[in-house]
Amino acid sequence: MVRLDSKVPEGNIAEKWTNHKFNMKLVNPANKRKFSVIVVGSGLAGASAAATLAELGYKVKVITYHDSPRRAHSIAAQGGINAAKNYQNDGDSVYRLFYDTVKGGDFRAREANVHRLAEVSNNIIDQCVAQGVPFARDYGGLLDNRSFGGAQVSRTFYARGQTGQQLLLGAYSALSRQIGKGAVESLTRREMLDVVVVDGVASGVVVRNMITGEIERHSAHAVVLATGGYSNVFFLSTNAMMCNTTSIWRAHRKGAFFGNPCFTQIHPTCLPLHGENQSKLTLMSESLRNDGRIWVSSKVADMRNPNDIPENERDYYLERKYPSFGNLSPRDISSRSAKEVVDEGRGARGTESVYLDFSDSIKRLGKNVIEERYGNLFEIYETITGENPYSVPMRIYPAPHYTMGGLWVDYNLMSSVPGLFVLGEANFSDHGANRLGASALMQGLADGYFVIPYTIGNYFAGEKPALIGTDHAEYNNTVSEVQDRIKQLLSIRGGKTVDEFHKKLGRIMWNKVGMARNKKGLEEGIGEIRELRSEFYKDVNVVGSGEGVNQCLERAGRVIDYLELGELMAVDALAREESCGAHFREEYQTEEGEALRNDEEFAFVSAWEFKEDGKWDLHKENLKYEYVKFATRSYK
Amino acid sequence: MSEHKLNLKLMIWKQSGPDVKGKFQEYKVSVSPDSSFLEILDDLNDSLERSNKEPVTFESDCREGICGTCGLVINGLPHGPLSRIATCQLHMRHFKDGDTVYIEPFRANTFPVIKDLMVDRSALDRIMHAGGFISINTGGVPDANEIPIPKEISSFAFDAAACIGCGACVAACKNSSAMLFVSAKVSQFALLPQGQPERYQRVEKMIKVMDEEGFGACSNTYACEAECPKGISVKNIARLNREYIKAKVKSHNLD
Repeated sequence: MVRLDSKVPEGNIAEKWTNHKFNMKLVNPANKRKFSVIVVGSGLAGASAAATLAELGYKVKVITYHDSPRRAHSIAAQGGINAAKNYQNDGDSVYRLFYDTVKGGDFRAREANVHRLAEVSNNIIDQCVAQGVPFARDYGGLLDNRSFGGAQVSRTFYARGQTGQQLLLGAYSALSRQIGKGAVESLTRREMLDVVVVDGVASGVVVRNMITGEIERHSAHAVVLATGGYSNVFFLSTNAMMCNTTSIWRAHRKGAFFGNPCFTQIHPTCLPLHGENQSKLTLMSESLRNDGRIWVSSKVADMRNPNDIPENERDYYLERKYPSFGNLSPRDISSRSAKEVVDEGRGARGTESVYLDFSDSIKRLGKNVIEERYGNLFEIYETITGENPYSVPMRIYPAPHYTMGGLWVDYNLMSSVPGLFVLGEANFSDHGANRLGASALMQGLADGYFVIPYTIGNYFAGEKPALIGTDHAEYNNTVSEVQDRIKQLLSIRGGKTVDEFHKKLGRIMWNKVGMARNKKGLEEGIGEIRELRSEFYKDVNVVGSGEGVNQCLERAGRVIDYLELGELMAVDALAREESCGAHFREEYQTEEGEALRNDEEFAFVSAWEFKEDGKWDLHKENLKYEYVKFATRSYK
Repeated sequence: MSEHKLNLKLMIWKQSGPDVKGKFQEYKVSVSPDSSFLEILDDLNDSLERSNKEPVTFESDCREGICGTCGLVINGLPHGPLSRIATCQLHMRHFKDGDTVYIEPFRANTFPVIKDLMVDRSALDRIMHAGGFISINTGGVPDANEIPIPKEISSFAFDAAACIGCGACVAACKNSSAMLFVSAKVSQFALLPQGQPERYQRVEKMIKVMDEEGFGACSNTYACEAECPKGISVKNIARLNREYIKAKVKSHNLD
């Protein structure tokens, strides 16, 4: 039985990271160039890690399936990034950010990791400003903040509605500088298809060159995966079209444990569906909830124009149920509440959506202020829906958005495979069972700028890993496996398209492993996913060949990995017989319909070890809460 | 949600590789006006795959107009007939039943076609590698509020920083000039106090690589601004020219 060692340092929570930084071994500057690192992914976590490691002197290769590192999906984050600066003098502190994040995660995150995240949050803001990131400012020239769901202080830094874009372009500029210097080799348009593990240690990756179709080998002293989340398992999500689980899933099959796969966040403010051929869902930043009021009609099947529904027939259900947090209640609560009112038949004009109304704020603050705060979001809304949100309330509905689960990592961000590190959304770490708004950007940059540069040095200095040649037998084996998989996909020539399978999987996941889950549904879901997977191998049609550009083949490879991950998500949700954060098991709820946690039996991280297709062993990392005491989350 | 369908004739550029001659191929589709433009291409590809035909290669990712991956020339216009949106944000309600729609890749000698509608825009990255950054390492920077920046200046810098690097400006320009792209980054940093130490080296280095890559000169047609999905202003090009002249006068570059 493998024992999970979180490697959390001893000592007071406020001193753990400081002490750990001192106790970690260092690589002297002259020796750093002897160590090489492969970073897969070029979003906030990947780009910041690659740039920083190169600045320190390590030899870095960054691999992305995009044509440019700047296109990674971090770019689409809208709302903001949290930091404990307390610039607003409203009582914020590192400890409060730590506390809010542990509580927001519904007591399923590791305390020490979260505290470190809160500690480095301030460094991130300093770093980004120094890079020239144009954060919002007040008339005095200093930085502005806004509030976000799950917090009662204004600690969110933002750059209009394009915070992710500006932060990513900051990290991309740092990365560009290193590429220009020759310190980072940029390998674009390459998709990682497997990790190479030699004698239990990660030594490189196998990638497909998406232009030539060539299968390439890359080796290094350590591999860093920063490949994002897996919300596209639902087919429709707010993730970009190419976001996928392949890198982390293939690493999982090679021995990296998967942590809390069932913790997936459904974001409350997305645009509703327009039809069957919809390709993705569009997020409207949660920051809109600062000034927008969410409501539905108090009557069932009310088809009236929302502006014709009088005030006393409107149900501002979040303000009613959670008076102290109101429209700023955490994401899981807001999403489930929306589903409840829609299930009651009170959705906007009978559809699967609720109103987000700015008329009060426009009256109170003026249209100009609202335009300055949310202008670009209102434009996006109007472009997509053809409706003007200044005069008609927006319609919104929850959509899969972020995955708290991911590869299990220890305090040093190393997975259960030595030499394989996992950063950002791709790891399971800091958000527990529910992520608070504006915390994803914070975690990605914390991992990349301020954690991995220290912990990877400790690994190199302590373990002295060898560089394995790409002619090693294990490379040959991995390349053959990858080639066989491609050949197999291309040889099926069935009657159904890849997208058909992906959409079917998405429906199973949404219905059975979605916002609310139960034992019966999950068991059915597992059966349906297995059936769909075997059907895929019999009846999918992957057109074209393995040579040159083949986007159909790319998608097929991603979907087959989702078909395996989907099953593990259901298995995990079934095993977790409690409700916590975004994981809501219908059997475990209070009389008021709130999530009912079971701290006695389930205060642990589920770390799943892959055994064979459809079979996993569960390892538990018990979570201790020494600082934030267990409490039922209450946003009332 | 609209019930009626639009019947369209799509004339799509097909080209199997960079050195192969391409041509328009005709496809007939029936689409919902609520669909996005790229969703009709998804649908078309799904039906092509179903009948074992090769799908149309095109690129897109975020589908929210921010990643800059997508970029099609639709009826002669980069990102299509509407202003200030990327291709992925174009919806079919702006087309009429019976329309013929021409779909081509971004065309520029610096953007070689890889396949069908997919082009290589890596030349833009190489300009960024030359100087599109402020040379600081991680750590050791001052507290964020030690650098006060007037709100207005910050806002101008933001307007320039909003560039998504899609290359529509290059595709729109008869000279395939990348001046709007380069000027956006140069302006962002020239306006901000953080960008001052390298202000003049930066503009010279970026212009040098821009020229080496083969991008053309600016002849002030303003086609770039008209097609830019983020509305980046040509005033940035004027600033770029001023910065470049000042850099030449000041001769900060020692090499």
